[in-house]
Amino acid sequence: MGEIVSLTDGVAAVVHDGDTLVMEGFTHLIPFAAGHEIIRQGRRDLTLVRMTPDLVYDQMIGMGCAAKLIFSWGGNPGVGSLHRFRDAVENAWPSPLELEEHSHAGMANRYLAGASGLPFAVLRGYVGTDLPAQTDTIRPITCPFTGEVLTAVPSLTPDATIIHAQRADTRGNVQMWGIIGVQKEAVLAAKRSLITVEEIVERLEPQPQEVILPSFATSYVAVVPGGAHPSYAQGYSLRDNTFYTEWDAISRDRETFRRWMEANVLHGEPSA
Amino acid sequence: MTGAYTADEMMTVAAARQLHDGAVCFVGIGLPSTAANLARATHAPGVVLIYESGTLGAKPDRLPLSIGDGILADTADTVVSVPEVFNYWLQPGRIDVGFLSAAQIDRFANINTTVIGSDYRHPAVRLPGAGGAPEIAASCREVVVVLRQTVRTFVDRVDFVTSVGFGHGPGDRQRLGLTGAGPRVVITDLGILTPDPTTFELTLVSVHPGATPEQARAVTGWQLAVSPELAVTAPPSELELRVLRRLEATIGMM
Repeated sequence: MGEIVSLTDGVAAVVHDGDTLVMEGFTHLIPFAAGHEIIRQGRRDLTLVRMTPDLVYDQMIGMGCAAKLIFSWGGNPGVGSLHRFRDAVENAWPSPLELEEHSHAGMANRYLAGASGLPFAVLRGYVGTDLPAQTDTIRPITCPFTGEVLTAVPSLTPDATIIHAQRADTRGNVQMWGIIGVQKEAVLAAKRSLITVEEIVERLEPQPQEVILPSFATSYVAVVPGGAHPSYAQGYSLRDNTFYTEWDAISRDRETFRRWMEANVLHGEPSA
Repeated sequence: MTGAYTADEMMTVAAARQLHDGAVCFVGIGLPSTAANLARATHAPGVVLIYESGTLGAKPDRLPLSIGDGILADTADTVVSVPEVFNYWLQPGRIDVGFLSAAQIDRFANINTTVIGSDYRHPAVRLPGAGGAPEIAASCREVVVVLRQTVRTFVDRVDFVTSVGFGHGPGDRQRLGLTGAGPRVVITDLGILTPDPTTFELTLVSVHPGATPEQARAVTGWQLAVSPELAVTAPPSELELRVLRRLEATIGMM
């Protein structure tokens, strides 16, 4: 596995209409290019899963790819609202968006359980909040040893997970470092996976606090330099903070949003 | 205000003063991050900043625009995964202070960052949601909240309890099994509020220079109690203002 393919082929192989799809990257290494390719391939009725559905999910929701969102924080980090997300929730535009809402701790543990082959995870969380009344996937559980009542959340086992990483070797082993988020768990929890990378090298030079995903644990690898833009790939690119700020104005109005997506994504290059 | 500084600057400075040197602090982005970094650059150089992106001991010399800013990873003592930051560091109570902001807060310091409006499925305003806040509010030894005080933010009862302060009043945190002590102080652009030791209602204990209790009462959605020993907050020092302005000029810079 860890087969090296083009972005177009990789996305076509792992993402199908109606899938539960995870795209992770905790403000770093966000797989924007893959999200754009999913939009170009016209995928529909996806259940999108992501702790922090930021600009890439705002774009996919606004372009009508999503039927449901499983998430824990939906904003433009440091800037404000996600206007396409809000328009979908508040006005059902372009289509209704069902929500399954958690906290970060809950989402992280759901991935952890998925990666561990367990049906659910246990945490101290949500108690006293209004979230359990709205989210069916938050339930109390009694510790069989102490009798303490804790919270259970079901594992996430997505049809597909897509992440971006710094690099892979020619055999398809993937290396990432910096803010590593929940990507390792998200890939290991998924039935199929695609990892876009900045480059492919002969040999992976060790990095401080690196995470390695061995090729046997992934499905596909695609070389997409700059594939995390406007987020960033530590050691390769800087976060485009200006674009995050500009997105506020681009996304606020439906027509402006559509025109921007037409010009920059629908008619963009598959590798861009 | 005197014109020498803004109400927001006073709020950020007052919030920064709440962090003691050496405190281990879980920092949300925005106002909390600005205040925490101001504390680190002035009276609390040994404060340990933890961001939910997994950066432990981040020492940014400019303000990050997002919790995933590379400067946080570059300057951290260590960078851990997101499951680790919540399960190993936050959940067992290793963090002294959780530093949060909010869209709404109520008389018992419960926090809403989820929806405005009474119908969750059809909200008037959809807010970003919980993020790390529910477990920060539950598990940090204490919580500091910083937000502007307006008729929209200070409400009798939050539209949605995203993170628990004192629930419905005395004893609720214990009943719910929450391990941390909850909100110790709320800092606004008008003054400083702390929970009454008996009723747990937020009480105005200090007004910032130029602000009045009447002003605070007028924008508060419940009968706001004012401490008989109401203080006036010390205005920002020249050093605090200079460092704050230098930091704010760097937000999101590379």
